Amino acid sequence: MTTQRPATPSVAIALEDRQPTRANPPKAIAKGLNFWYGTNQALKNIDLTIPERQVTALIGPSGCGKSTFLRCFNRMHDLQPDTKYQGAITLRPDDVNLVGPETDPIEVRMRIGMVFQKPNPFPKTVFENVAYGLRLRGVRNRTDLAERVELALRGAAIWDEVKDRLEDSALALSGGQMQRLCIARALATEPELLLFDEPTSALDPIATAKIEELITELRERVTVLIVTHNMQQAARVSDFTAFMYLGELVEVDATSKIFTNPAKKATEDYITGRYG
Amino acid sequence: MSAVAPVTLAEIRKGLAWRKQLDKVFVIVGLLILLLCLGLLAVLFLDLVIQGAPRFGWDFFTSFPSRKAERAGILSPMVGTTLIMLVTVLAALPVGVAAAIYLEEYAPKNWFTGIIEINVTNLAGVPSIVYGLLALGLFVYQFDFGQSILSAGLTLALLILPIVIVATRESLRSVPKAIREAAYGLGATRWEVTKDHVLPYSTGGILTGLILGLSRAIGETAPIITIGALSFIAFLPPSPVTGEFPFLNFEWLKSEFTAMPIQMFNWISRPDQAFQVNAAAAGAILLGMSLAMNAVAIWIRYRFRKKINW
Repeated sequence: MTTQRPATPSVAIALEDRQPTRANPPKAIAKGLNFWYGTNQALKNIDLTIPERQVTALIGPSGCGKSTFLRCFNRMHDLQPDTKYQGAITLRPDDVNLVGPETDPIEVRMRIGMVFQKPNPFPKTVFENVAYGLRLRGVRNRTDLAERVELALRGAAIWDEVKDRLEDSALALSGGQMQRLCIARALATEPELLLFDEPTSALDPIATAKIEELITELRERVTVLIVTHNMQQAARVSDFTAFMYLGELVEVDATSKIFTNPAKKATEDYITGRYG
Repeated sequence: MSAVAPVTLAEIRKGLAWRKQLDKVFVIVGLLILLLCLGLLAVLFLDLVIQGAPRFGWDFFTSFPSRKAERAGILSPMVGTTLIMLVTVLAALPVGVAAAIYLEEYAPKNWFTGIIEINVTNLAGVPSIVYGLLALGLFVYQFDFGQSILSAGLTLALLILPIVIVATRESLRSVPKAIREAAYGLGATRWEVTKDHVLPYSTGGILTGLILGLSRAIGETAPIITIGALSFIAFLPPSPVTGEFPFLNFEWLKSEFTAMPIQMFNWISRPDQAFQVNAAAAGAILLGMSLAMNAVAIWIRYRFRKKINW
């Protein structure tokens, strides 16, 4: 058994025309991050550097803590009682510790956007969905709002489909459109870091392809961290991949390296489909 | 090789036939019970309508009670009931919704809020006469509101408060976690999530609960007799709306009052048979009011369900 061969054919194809990845300067750095649900430690001493304006994917079997890790970045765990962070996630350039008790979780969420597993548009109009984040930031001027909503919808590659339906209910859209609307909603406020929590797990293959294409385009404007249970997806969209297992970060490297020549045995076992 | 013999197709068919029979039995029993209940209500309503038929007419709605049965009407109890309901809504809705929001969205889950929750639920089962006694001591004497529309409205508000709180909490709880997370994820505070999302999306359930509460309150007799409703009122309270600035008048709150169920009770207890007809007519109208409110509740629920389906 050699570690040199490609993991699976489809992954190899996806990687073929990818330029060799060089890391940008870091946007966020996790250092010695521990996390507890009650007495149950879900994350153990995680170190990870997330390069600016590139896509970093978190992969690993169910229950490995990848979503838990992702949700630390915008302090979603603070909504549940009895959770505890320890260690640091430092956000550049101002070096604020995102999980520090002195940091306001609402401020964190205003800087870091999130797209969820299932499309979760508000039962309001398409326009109001995208405008909501702007309204929270005090944007009142109609022209400003309209302009920024359009920009966000264009950024999420859904403008052409909804430009005549801005006043329709968002619930009338298809699943894939809803998810792109949610991406537009997150983009509207120009987040510094955009988190994706298995964004295509509730979508059909065509809608999935559109979202994946969008994520690779988003890299030009925003730093992306994505959790996925689909290895092909990680190979297709990401520049860097981190493999997590049982609450620990096993290995992180350029995506092409992880999928062709992982350094750790556990990583290789996972990407070759031996478990997970 | 398994020790248990496999079930044969013939046995499966025999068992299935029997199980499907049971299914049918349940449907029949259920339908019978349902028809019995609806039938009783229909018979009651029809009986009231037939008995009261001679009195239905414009005069009945525009006349005050009178010593002569054929000249007596329900103007003052209708107005009284309407104004009391108005006070009840204005008191029960804000207090009930605020309490439910606090319990559901803000309160930490500990033994103290646990006790409050159990008590709120239990309050729904307290006999209404007890609320009447409480109101007599508190509103009528302690706060000196007198035997007024204000006291009656507040009493009934207390009575339906648990219903409103429970319905509101249920409705708030039915807003999916994913929607809350979406709003929190954009940087909303707890109050912004509540006022911009959770509350608007649960309006249907809240209004339904409120109206169901009101349709219970509208027929309540014991508590408002306790606080001193009069059974013979030949005047109307001062109008809430006036022709001159500031166009609103709150004198009616202090006015003495009567209400539909009181008027019915009064007519029923008269020896003169002619008044029984009046009572039946008033009963049919009260029942109609209550059914109409329930219809509105159903309509509201339907409207909101159509707009928001999770």
